[in-house]
Amino acid sequence: MYSYTLKRLFQGLITIWFIATATFVAMHSVPGDPLINERGVNEEIRRNLEERYGLDRPVLEQYLIYMSNMAKGDFGISFTQQNRSVNDIIREHFPVSATLGILAIVFAGIGGVLWGALTALYRNRLPDVIIMFLVILGISVPSFVIAAIGQLALVKLNGLVGFSVLPVAGWGTVLHMLVPSLVLGLGTMAFLTRLMRSSMLEIISADFVRTAYSKGLPPTRVFMKHQLRNAILPVITVLGPAIAAITTGGFVVELVFAIPGLGRFFVQAVQQLDYTVIMGTTVFYGAFLVFMVIAVDLIYGFVDPRVRLE
Amino acid sequence: MNDLKSGTRDALTRTASTQLIWLGLAATIGFAILMGLLYWVSALTGSHTATLDAIDEESGTVTLLLRTEPPQLDSTRATDSVSISVLGHVMEGLLRFDENNQLAPGVAERWEIREDGATFWLRPDARWSDGVPVTAHDFVFAWRTAISPATASEYAFILYPVKNGESINSGNLPVEALGVRAVNNQTLEVEFEQPLAYFEELVAFSTYHPIRESFYHSREGRYGADVDDLLYNGPFEMTLWVHGAHVRLEKNPDYWDRERIRLNVIDMPYFTTDATSALNLFKDGKVAVMDYLGAEQLNEALQQRWQLKRFGDGSVWFLAFNFSPDRVTSNWHLRKALQLITDPSELVNRVIKLPGNLPGESLFPVWLQGVNTFFRQEYPVPKIELNLEAAREHLQIAMEELGLDNPPSIALLVDDSPGAAKQAEYFQNLYGSQLGLEIRIDRQIFKQRLAKMQNQDFDLAVYGWGPDFADPLTFGELFASWNPNNNGRFNNTEYDESVRLAQSSLNPQIRMEAFARQQEILIEEVALIPNYERGRVYITDRRLQGVVRRAVGPDPDYTNAFISSD
Repeated sequence: MYSYTLKRLFQGLITIWFIATATFVAMHSVPGDPLINERGVNEEIRRNLEERYGLDRPVLEQYLIYMSNMAKGDFGISFTQQNRSVNDIIREHFPVSATLGILAIVFAGIGGVLWGALTALYRNRLPDVIIMFLVILGISVPSFVIAAIGQLALVKLNGLVGFSVLPVAGWGTVLHMLVPSLVLGLGTMAFLTRLMRSSMLEIISADFVRTAYSKGLPPTRVFMKHQLRNAILPVITVLGPAIAAITTGGFVVELVFAIPGLGRFFVQAVQQLDYTVIMGTTVFYGAFLVFMVIAVDLIYGFVDPRVRLE
Repeated sequence: MNDLKSGTRDALTRTASTQLIWLGLAATIGFAILMGLLYWVSALTGSHTATLDAIDEESGTVTLLLRTEPPQLDSTRATDSVSISVLGHVMEGLLRFDENNQLAPGVAERWEIREDGATFWLRPDARWSDGVPVTAHDFVFAWRTAISPATASEYAFILYPVKNGESINSGNLPVEALGVRAVNNQTLEVEFEQPLAYFEELVAFSTYHPIRESFYHSREGRYGADVDDLLYNGPFEMTLWVHGAHVRLEKNPDYWDRERIRLNVIDMPYFTTDATSALNLFKDGKVAVMDYLGAEQLNEALQQRWQLKRFGDGSVWFLAFNFSPDRVTSNWHLRKALQLITDPSELVNRVIKLPGNLPGESLFPVWLQGVNTFFRQEYPVPKIELNLEAAREHLQIAMEELGLDNPPSIALLVDDSPGAAKQAEYFQNLYGSQLGLEIRIDRQIFKQRLAKMQNQDFDLAVYGWGPDFADPLTFGELFASWNPNNNGRFNNTEYDESVRLAQSSLNPQIRMEAFARQQEILIEEVALIPNYERGRVYITDRRLQGVVRRAVGPDPDYTNAFISSD
């Protein structure tokens, strides 16, 4: 178990190193100049800026410096916000994205399992048809449309009631989190519902379920112990990547609901060619994804006795 | 399933459904507990609540939204409009712009501008937010910091009119050589590089704001990074700054002219660039101003009969040419051909279709002041009649001069915004169908477009220029041969001389005539094809009065705003 964990962590570090290197290379091969702005500056200023960000050195040297700083946990200073470090940006904004993401995933996970089990039980009957139709909608409608509709619904609701039931945008209280996290989790919930449904259908007619019934177990127990527990495994498998995807993919929701998450910095940095922020956020998100996958694999060992972690 | 009896199956479904309902209930309760926990955590981490309405008369609070968080509140390095707008509320320079957009005394009580320099007498009751008086030394320090090449400020050039400014900024002289000195705490003495007609305009700009040296150094490179990393001397002070989320400005009780300020709190708890989202906040009564109406939002605003207002943001957009000899666009006849078939009104009304823009006619926008009235009224733009026949003749001559058998292919550089794409396609179609030119659209991300422009890697480019100060020179000098922003390398001796005259003369009549000559040369030489003067339409809550919009300086400006109670 320990040696397995260590091995996976080591692999994870190599993956992160690879992500960092690939991002570094890609970023430096994208055309454009991060130091250029609308007002042209003189050569002296240009030199000073290059020196400040180490761009005056050969690319290989820049790479080595960056890697050694990164190993020490220092992502450097932002190009666009010249008095803020990338570490500050991540520290201040990632918790917001994470809060939103966790809520979304809780919502998606619970919803996905419940709806999925329900549709499997009512296969080809009305509840199944209705829910699966909604699921298709949830999967195919992009999040910016859902976000816009969600927000409009809030405006209408508040207008109808006559006072602010739920805030339309902004961040800070638990009320601000509710609708954005629902919107953010909707796509994943739809996806998980489908996954849960198909795995549940497989389980329902499996041999061990039949055995359970023939032993004379009450249906309740069969459902809880034998069906649900086994059907939930594939859901847990995708949960890790889904958490990472939701936490990192909240850009649109963050924009529409004016939420100060990290996603916005991630996207803006690419548009602005803000080298340090691009590197910082990509490596951070990469590391986050890698460790989520490892965590899920470890959890798997507890949930499924057939999996031995060695 | 098939080998289970149907009765058993129904029983199973029923019990399982009950189970699921119980599970769902448990999950909901769990979710509620989690939310409670988050609420508790967010309260612990000192998060804020923003639940006031757009206008709260009782507390004198106005709630607004910002496009982005202010990227840079270090006044020596701020360049963007959001930062400059916030700085305009919390800081004050020697002079400021009043509610009629006229210059008014700020920290300076009175001043005197001479041919070789200026003297400013500071008011004794101007104070920093920690109670210490603002002194002439604070200005000297701020200006030296801004001009220092070590600061690498993008706006350092705005201090070039101060003696030795340019040399210091290029690293040839130490910052102490800058022509500004504190005679005593209350008197600031400035030396000019050459006679200067618009210095009053400049000192109102944020790069000229004061900074107290001891405080700046105590922040160790973080000056302006957070709410505690700034000292304020303006009508408001910042009391809250949650990065990316919330800025709150409160009336500064130590401000010398506090009787003038009628709002108590300007709260900005929403940062978004999304126009729909901004409109939703306005509809929900959460923000008092909705600033960026697009075409879609305009329809709704008209239906709702909201009060619409227009203002020009001061910038001029045009097609820039590359004058490098190896480019076809260096040929006058080719440029003339394009000029003769381009109709800016069509572009504005039928292509861009965003409310608020004016068709472009000149590099010098309509809002610039001339001698007595508006510059463009005193010196109207020479009319250009659209003429397809003449354009084709010019193209023919151009092809002969360039030694071409077919109309040349031209690269049009634009950035990757949707608006720019629409515009580029319009030109591609127009020049293609009318003159048979092949226009190759070169779409680049913002930074790469700038890089390509500054490296002269284009034939034509969609380009915009915003004013740095309210004098025609801010536009006129753009096409001077020595200007680093003259990306197309337009080079005309008479034009250069005219710019030098306008830079050094103090006589308004002579200066305006120089600008008029520049306007003529630009059209005769077809140095650019004007597209539009950018404007915006915005809506405000009827109760909020006295909001000032302007092309130069902090915009929007709420320092004179008040809540009218009807």
